[in-house]
Amino acid sequence: MDKQYEVIMAGFGGQGVMSMGQLLAYAGMLEGLQVTWMPSYGPEQRGGTANCTVILSPRTIGSPVVERPAAVVAMNLPSLDKFEDRVREEGLLVVNATLAGRSVRRTDVRALSIPATAIAEEIGNDRVANMVALGALLEITRLVRPDSVVESLTKALPPHRHNLIPLNQDALRRGMELARHGARRPAC
Amino acid sequence: MRVAFERPAGLTDCPTHYCPGCTHGIAHRLIAEVITELGVADRTIGVAPVGCSVLAYDYFDYDMIQASHGRAPAVATGVKRALPDRTVFAYQGDGDLASIGMAEIIHAAARGENITVIFINNAIYGMTGGQMAPTTLLGQLTTTSPAGREAPREGYPLRVAELLEQVRGVAYLARYPLTKPPEIGRARNAIRKAFQTQLAGKGFSLVELLSTCPTGWGMTPREALRWVEEVMVPYYPPGEFRDGPEDPGGGPSRKRVG
Amino acid sequence: MEELVLMKGNEAVGEAAIRAGCRFFFGYPITPQNEIPEYMSHRLPQVSGVFVQAESEVAAINMVYGAAAAGVRVMTSSSSPGISLKQEGISYLAGSELPALIVNIMRGGPGLGTIQPAQSDYFQAVKGGGHGDYRLLVYAPSTVQEMVDLTGLALDRADHYRNPALILGDGLLGQMMEPVNLPPLSHPEDLPVKPWATDGRRGGPKRVINSLYLQAEACEEHNRRLQAKYREMEAGEQRWEAAWADDAEVLVVAYGTVARICRTALEGLRDRRLAVGLFRPIALWPFPGPALAGLLQRGRIRAVLVAEMSAGQMVEDVRSVVCGRVPVAFYGRTGGVVPSPEEIGQHVTAVYEGGAINAGCL
Repeated sequence: MDKQYEVIMAGFGGQGVMSMGQLLAYAGMLEGLQVTWMPSYGPEQRGGTANCTVILSPRTIGSPVVERPAAVVAMNLPSLDKFEDRVREEGLLVVNATLAGRSVRRTDVRALSIPATAIAEEIGNDRVANMVALGALLEITRLVRPDSVVESLTKALPPHRHNLIPLNQDALRRGMELARHGARRPAC
Repeated sequence: MRVAFERPAGLTDCPTHYCPGCTHGIAHRLIAEVITELGVADRTIGVAPVGCSVLAYDYFDYDMIQASHGRAPAVATGVKRALPDRTVFAYQGDGDLASIGMAEIIHAAARGENITVIFINNAIYGMTGGQMAPTTLLGQLTTTSPAGREAPREGYPLRVAELLEQVRGVAYLARYPLTKPPEIGRARNAIRKAFQTQLAGKGFSLVELLSTCPTGWGMTPREALRWVEEVMVPYYPPGEFRDGPEDPGGGPSRKRVG
Repeated sequence: MEELVLMKGNEAVGEAAIRAGCRFFFGYPITPQNEIPEYMSHRLPQVSGVFVQAESEVAAINMVYGAAAAGVRVMTSSSSPGISLKQEGISYLAGSELPALIVNIMRGGPGLGTIQPAQSDYFQAVKGGGHGDYRLLVYAPSTVQEMVDLTGLALDRADHYRNPALILGDGLLGQMMEPVNLPPLSHPEDLPVKPWATDGRRGGPKRVINSLYLQAEACEEHNRRLQAKYREMEAGEQRWEAAWADDAEVLVVAYGTVARICRTALEGLRDRRLAVGLFRPIALWPFPGPALAGLLQRGRIRAVLVAEMSAGQMVEDVRSVVCGRVPVAFYGRTGGVVPSPEEIGQHVTAVYEGGAINAGCL
C-alpha cells in the first residue's frame, strides 16, 4: 500500500457492518498499516442505517472524517441511497444486491453488485453476508490479505465462538470468487 | 482525687462553636466514647457535612474529611471502598441528609455501603439562621415558613428512619432523642450497635438523633428539650427500626436479565 | 516488542488508567462515554479494583473525592452535561488539593444538546467550571494512542501536584478505534505514598482534608498557596506539537479531533505549495502560549486561523497570545457537526489568500 485508502461500510443494524469494518482495521494493523475505525453513533444507529469509516494508510492518519471515500460497501437500499454520491470518482461501490433492490446509478465509479445475503443464506447463515461483501471488497482492492482477516477473527472472537470461523472463511472466499468471476455492472 | 467527668479520648481540646443547649456536643461525645470503647480510633475516618457540624473535623480527633453539602454518604462510600478495613462514619444534619442529600443517603443505604451515618434531626437549618428543613414539623415557625409550616404550602415533614426502613441494604437503623439520661443511654447503645454492624461487615447503619436547636427555635435550652419530647417525639417515634440485615445472604443468585 | 491492540478511545482511557495504577472508578452513564464505565465494570474486578455505578454524577465525583482523600488513584468519566453536574465536586477537589482524573468525552451543547462530538466545554475546562480561583491540568488527546499516553500522564501529574486533572476528549475520539501500544501494568503499592491522606491515624497525628477557611485571611493564604502551585504548573506542564511551522505564513491552531482534521487539510494545501502550518496545544491548561508566541516572533506568520468544534473558545486564548501582532481568524462548527478536511482547507485557503480574514471572527 503506498497511499491512504478509505472505505465507508453501511447497512442495517445487525448486518454486521461495524464488525466488518473492525475486522478490516484489525487486519490492516496486523499488516503494519496505520488504521482508524470510526463508527457513526447516535440516533442513526437505531432503526436506520449504521455505518463506519475505515482508513488504512502507510502513514499517520489525519482526519478520521472522510467526505469522499475511495470505496463504499452498501449492504441495503438506504445505505446505497445515502452513500452512492459520496464515492470518489473512479472509486469502488460494493452493493449487496439481495437487499439493494436497485442498481447503481453512478457511471464514474466501479460498481460491484453481489447477492451477499443470498450467498450467506446459501452457505448456512445470513449473518455472514458482511463477510461475503468484505471478500468482494478485498478481491478488488487487495487492501489486506484474506489470511489477515482470518487471523483477526481468531483474535477478535472469544474462544467459544471459534467454531464460527470456518463459516466466516467460507463466506469470505465466496465473496472473493464472486468478485473475480461474476461481478459486472448489472444492466440498468 | 477521683475524676468524675472528662473529655473523652477521640475529641480534641478545641472549644466547639455550638450554641448553649445544642445537643451536637452530646452526639459528638457519644460517638467518641463508642469509638474508643470499640478500640478503632486509630483506623477511623470521619466525614463532616455542611451545616452546623461543618467544623466537626476540628472536634473529632480522627482523620477527617469535610464534604460538600449533602454528599457525605458518597464521600464515605469512596473512602470505605478504597479502605474497606477502616471504620468510616458520616455525620449529617437534616438539611444535608434529608433535603439536598436525599439521593446520596438512599443509594448508600440501598448499596448496603458498610458505613455508619449519624443523623442529627433538629427540624431546622441551624447554620444558615433558622430556615425550614425537610424535617420541620407542621405549624413550626422558621425564617422561611414565617406563618408556620403548612402542608398545602410547604409539604409534610419527612420521616427519615421510616423511609430508610423500606430500603434493603440497611443493616442497622434506630432513632432516639437526646433528651434525658435514659434516652441518651439508649442513643449511645444504638450508636455502638451501628458501629458494631459496620465492624462485622453487615452493611449500612444509621442512627437518627432527635436534637435541639434552641437558637433556631427561639427557645431556652430547657424549653427546647421539652419541645423535643412533646412535639418531635410524637411525630418521630423513637426505637430500633432494624437490627441485622434484612437479606444476610446478599440477595438472589447472579442472573442476567433480558 | 510491544503488542499493538485495536481499541476504542473510551476503552483505551480505561485500560490506560488501570495500567497507571488506578483501581477505583466511580461514574454514571451518559453517551458518548458509556464504554468507559462498561469497560471498567468488567476490567477493574480482574485487578482487585473497585467499580461503583453511582446514583448521579454528583455522587460519583464525591465518591472520587472520598477515595482521593483516602489516598488512592481514582477517576471518573462523563460527557458534557454530566461534567457540568460534577463541577462543585471538582472545585472541592481543587480546593482540598486532592488528585483525581476526570475524563470529559464532550458532546454538543448547551443544555441537553446532542450526543455528537463537540469542543464546546473548553471554557468550562480551562477557565474554572466550578466556583472559586482554581485550575485543572487539562489534556487534549487527538489519537487513541494519545488517549492512553495522556491518561497515564494526567494521573501522574495529578498526584505530583495534588490537583485534579482533566482529559478533554470528544465523542469521536471516544468512539473510534486505533491501534495502541499499552504501557505495562503498574501496581498501586509501587506508587509514591501520600502522607497527607486521611487513611486512619494509625499512631500518627490526625489529618484533615478540607477546603473551608472561616477566616478570610486564612482563606487568602490558602489561595496564595494554590496560585503558587498553578504558576509552577504553568512553568513545567505546557505541552504542544507543531507541524510545518518553520515556513508557515498562515498558522492553524487546533486541538484534539479538529487538529487531525486540520492536519489532513494542510497536507493537501502544502501539496499545492501553500506555506501553511499547524500548532496543536496538547495541554490546554497550562496553555502553551510561550511556544505559540515564539513561532510568531520569527516573523514569517502573517495570519492565524483557529478551528474548533465550538463557537469560538480557545480562540480567545490564542488572541491573547497573538496580542494583535497578526490577524486571528476563526472557523468553527457547533452542535455536534464535525468539519471536513475540505471545508477547513477552504477556510485556510481564504485566509492565505488574504481574503475573508475576518470570516467567522467573533
